[in-house]
Amino acid sequence: MNTMVTGAASFLGRFEGLRERLPGGRTPWVAKLRAEAAESFRAQGLPGRRIEAWHYTDLGVLAQLGFTEALTLADEAPALPPTRAAHRAVFVDGRFAPALSLLPPGAAPLSEALEATEGRLGALAQNLPIVALNTMLFEDGLVLDVPAGVDAGEMELLSFATHAGRAIAFHPRHLIRLGEGAKLTLIDTSLGEAEATYLHNPVYEIAVAEGATLSHIRIQREGRAGFQLSTVLATVQAGGTYDNFTLNAGGRLVRNEIHVALQGPKAACHMNGAQLVAEGQHADTTTFLDHAAPDCPSRQTYKTVLAGRSRGVFQGKILVRQAAQRTDGYQMNQALLLSDDAEINAKPQLEIYADDVKCSHGATVGALDEAQLFYLRARGIPASIARAMLVEAFLTEAIEGVTNPLAQEALSEAISGWWQKEAV
Amino acid sequence: MPAVAETIETVQSAQEGGYKFGFETKIEMEFAPKGLNEDIVRFISAKKGEPEWLLEWRLKAYAMWLKMEEPDWAAVSYPKFDYQDAYYYAAPKNKVVPKSLDEVDPELLRTYEKLGIPLREQERLQGIAVDAVFDSVSVATSYKERLGKEGIIFCSISEAVHTHPELVKQYLGSVVPQGDNYFACLNSAVFTDGSFVYIPKGVRCPMELSTYFRINAQNTGQFERTLIVAEAGSHVSYLEGCTAPQRDENQMHAAVVELVAMDDATIKYSTVQNWYPGDAEGKGGIYNFVTKRGACRGARSKISWTQVETGSAITWKYPSCILQGDDSVGEFYSVAITNNRQQADTGTKMWHIGKNTRSTIVSKGISAGHGQNTYRGLVKISPKATGARNFTQCDSLLIGDQCGAHTVPYIENRCASAKIEHEATTSRIAEDQLFYCRARGLNQEEAVGLIVNGFCREVLKELPMEFAVEAQKLLAISLEGSVG
Amino acid sequence: MLKIENLTAEIDGKEILKGITLEVPAGEVHAIMGPNGSGKSTLSYVLSGREGYEITGGTATFNGIDLLAMEPEERAAAGVFLAFQYPVELPGVGNANFLRTALNAIRRARGEVEVDAMQFLKLSRAKIKALQMSEDMLKRNVNVGFSGGEKKRNEVLQMAMLEPKLAILDETDSGLDIDALKVVADGVNAMRGPEFSALVITHYQRLLDHITPDRVHVLMGGRIVKTGGPELALELEAEGYAKVAA
Repeated sequence: MNTMVTGAASFLGRFEGLRERLPGGRTPWVAKLRAEAAESFRAQGLPGRRIEAWHYTDLGVLAQLGFTEALTLADEAPALPPTRAAHRAVFVDGRFAPALSLLPPGAAPLSEALEATEGRLGALAQNLPIVALNTMLFEDGLVLDVPAGVDAGEMELLSFATHAGRAIAFHPRHLIRLGEGAKLTLIDTSLGEAEATYLHNPVYEIAVAEGATLSHIRIQREGRAGFQLSTVLATVQAGGTYDNFTLNAGGRLVRNEIHVALQGPKAACHMNGAQLVAEGQHADTTTFLDHAAPDCPSRQTYKTVLAGRSRGVFQGKILVRQAAQRTDGYQMNQALLLSDDAEINAKPQLEIYADDVKCSHGATVGALDEAQLFYLRARGIPASIARAMLVEAFLTEAIEGVTNPLAQEALSEAISGWWQKEAV
Repeated sequence: MPAVAETIETVQSAQEGGYKFGFETKIEMEFAPKGLNEDIVRFISAKKGEPEWLLEWRLKAYAMWLKMEEPDWAAVSYPKFDYQDAYYYAAPKNKVVPKSLDEVDPELLRTYEKLGIPLREQERLQGIAVDAVFDSVSVATSYKERLGKEGIIFCSISEAVHTHPELVKQYLGSVVPQGDNYFACLNSAVFTDGSFVYIPKGVRCPMELSTYFRINAQNTGQFERTLIVAEAGSHVSYLEGCTAPQRDENQMHAAVVELVAMDDATIKYSTVQNWYPGDAEGKGGIYNFVTKRGACRGARSKISWTQVETGSAITWKYPSCILQGDDSVGEFYSVAITNNRQQADTGTKMWHIGKNTRSTIVSKGISAGHGQNTYRGLVKISPKATGARNFTQCDSLLIGDQCGAHTVPYIENRCASAKIEHEATTSRIAEDQLFYCRARGLNQEEAVGLIVNGFCREVLKELPMEFAVEAQKLLAISLEGSVG
Repeated sequence: MLKIENLTAEIDGKEILKGITLEVPAGEVHAIMGPNGSGKSTLSYVLSGREGYEITGGTATFNGIDLLAMEPEERAAAGVFLAFQYPVELPGVGNANFLRTALNAIRRARGEVEVDAMQFLKLSRAKIKALQMSEDMLKRNVNVGFSGGEKKRNEVLQMAMLEPKLAILDETDSGLDIDALKVVADGVNAMRGPEFSALVITHYQRLLDHITPDRVHVLMGGRIVKTGGPELALELEAEGYAKVAA
């Protein structure tokens, strides 16, 4: 038996043992959903490198760890960053922490609101093994509705992993829905204690209605022994906008997978991100942008900085369906290698079935520009600061799309924190 | 007159349009029994009077092939090819091996003349040495004598097995090993002929070398094997053209081309592939599954692939360069057109191993009708390839709203000092461009032809002069009926 | 102030500087003139510490300190300023941020107090005004989208801000119109004084109409072949390098 199957077997074993006790275990539609997910996960297993979409990210190491559920009391207050927004949903080891949270109207933990999500939970799920794993084992998550016409301002979503002394896994499921013309900025941070070994496997199902705007800023700073496999599944209707910025700056192995479908005319999507990868880390950003309606613009800019012995992956596919005439799609991914031991694998991809389109992608890989470095040093700036300036400049293009001041603040903190720790 | 030019004239005079090389040559053929098994492999080897080592080599490949699965990762779909329902050996029946062109069946010579490949040297004006492969066997190699004076060997590979066994043994399979992939493995077991070129140290080949491939017989596969070795400081330019008659069945073409360039050697390999593409409904056509790879073994060596792919029902080919020598250079220039129901999945691999190696990839894909066109390429930089550089430009042009254009580049870099740049765009012919041309008196098709040629310019300029003009015309013909 | 003795240097095994000896005393402006490929730019890069040049012999000292042993930023902190022939573009780096970082790095290295944002703004505005430049320049990314003239003005602004003791101007006049040329010359002239020296590297005599040098050296084939007063520049302009050097 190979490790891939072992990895799957351990999760399937947990499911068999827990199925009755998982939230909704006795609710027929939930039980059915979970059973189907288990079947799909059993059939697919943890994806191996022979699967095209997982060619560059090897889950072998994860498969060898046997994960169990957390036994944490969710309200054990870990050291959380200061509150930035008016509302906050905090999850500790995947479970909602009411005492640490302040939910806005229209929000509830999934563990409480589950019964009411029939037809909604799983609606956007595709037959992806990691999503199936989540559906099989989810315990909690955020259910958030922003009613039509409401500007909900900013809200924080925070996940914190504690050091349990053994490997734990949690699979939060977040359901976010914006009604017509609604607005929300969601600052979504993942943190974990340094020594904690855990798997954080969140799945987001996001529906953005006509003319609504969701700005989703994800700051991934998992602990250095933590794993994150996240999947964002978003649909955007006519004139709506979904913006996703993801900073990948923590964890041992992280995969940030984003699927966005532009389903109505003039729906828009901006996906940007920065990956800061240091010694011993593996960071993967995989995007899939589905242009299914005409006149939709999409923009993607991803930057990866690699230090030490590390590996970065960017895969980005733009699909333009036959109906999606006058699509305007652009994608750029760039990698900066600061070390001889770093590795970058990139696979941008265009799949186009409509003729009246403007689509392009670009990719560059390189080291710091020696001429630029010399110019800065010739002006008296020490090499270490000069490098930091050039790295910051390299990231600018990806980061400047984040305009919300709270989000900017959170982001610049995370980036300077990384640089101070990992600077070379 | 070059092959393509002749073709174009034939085509333009043809009433029904469509494929222009669709005639069949009535000639007495000798076939091996249908199907594939060890005996067929032995039969082929025996027919060619091959030495024992080559038979063993073939049998080893055949054993490997039996254990392999047909790859399914390319963006092409086709009904499973029945490997037992094809002939693996077909040769014009000729009691004696022709020693000169005078002994070649006149019908065969006429076929090549029809294709625009005059094998009789006295008829040739442009000074291109030609090796013509008819179904499975090489029928004639011209200009042999003149090349021989320079020490250049240019002959069919079957002949080389007998005349230069040490060279064939040394290099055959050294770039594309038998088990490399499904189709190359099949080829290794059953290849019937192909060209062999050896350019000695320091020699600049005085003329373009050319091979012309033609599949004539029904239900045959063509499995040719080409091997080009360029010794230190040598230089060669090689042209390859392909046609096949019009048939309802799909025919298999699984060729292998291996190039070896030593220190400071340059090999330029140009292809105009115009196999029968099938009819407008996708019936018939050649399955073109080709493995082409060059090894830049020596320092400062250079291998340059240029291809114009207009034919075949399915194209599956990735001419690649292994850049082993320091400062070696790999280039890939490609135009691929898919019209009607054609599918192409083509691109390149540039594997940077030596220091300061450089590669350039320029790919132009044109999709029309229901055609599906995929660029698939890999740029791989090994940790020791310091200072490696790659530039890739992939552009796709869509004509009509029933076709597809896809770009799948893979970048794998493990060297901090490498610099890689990749750009890809997709667009269509702008209405205002068309209108502008038409306002100047061009009709719709001429306008499209003009714009498409402009789109392909960067690639076409890499073709040797003799080919470039004709390739341009071929592009326009391939797109006939795609507009308006 | 700057003392170069028998300096030899090569790139990729090719010897470019073949034994340069030169002294620029404090308070003097010296010009180095020479045809293309004579080693002018190599000299400026070697003096400012760019990688890729191998120094094979000789010495260069700055106020008695071994210049060649220092990192580029140490040379800048010590007071050596290179005005680049081709100023480098830094996309994503704001000009103000760049200047302030450089200024404070140098001040820190010299044990001086750093300037805060307000002080910096005041200082930079004053310099910009004195140089008749647009404040807009501070807001843009370093040299990105700058015209040739703007780039050179930006070099002069940096020089004015960082107040070096020795300025090396590497063909700062190339590609400049007369207005920009005057800005550059005024910038240098404004700094002239007993504690400031400059090495003006140029192909043409044009810039020397505006910055009068104390001495003129002719660099050819990696060696100083002739040294004279300001009149030597005029002579070169009239007669050409080949004749003057012969």
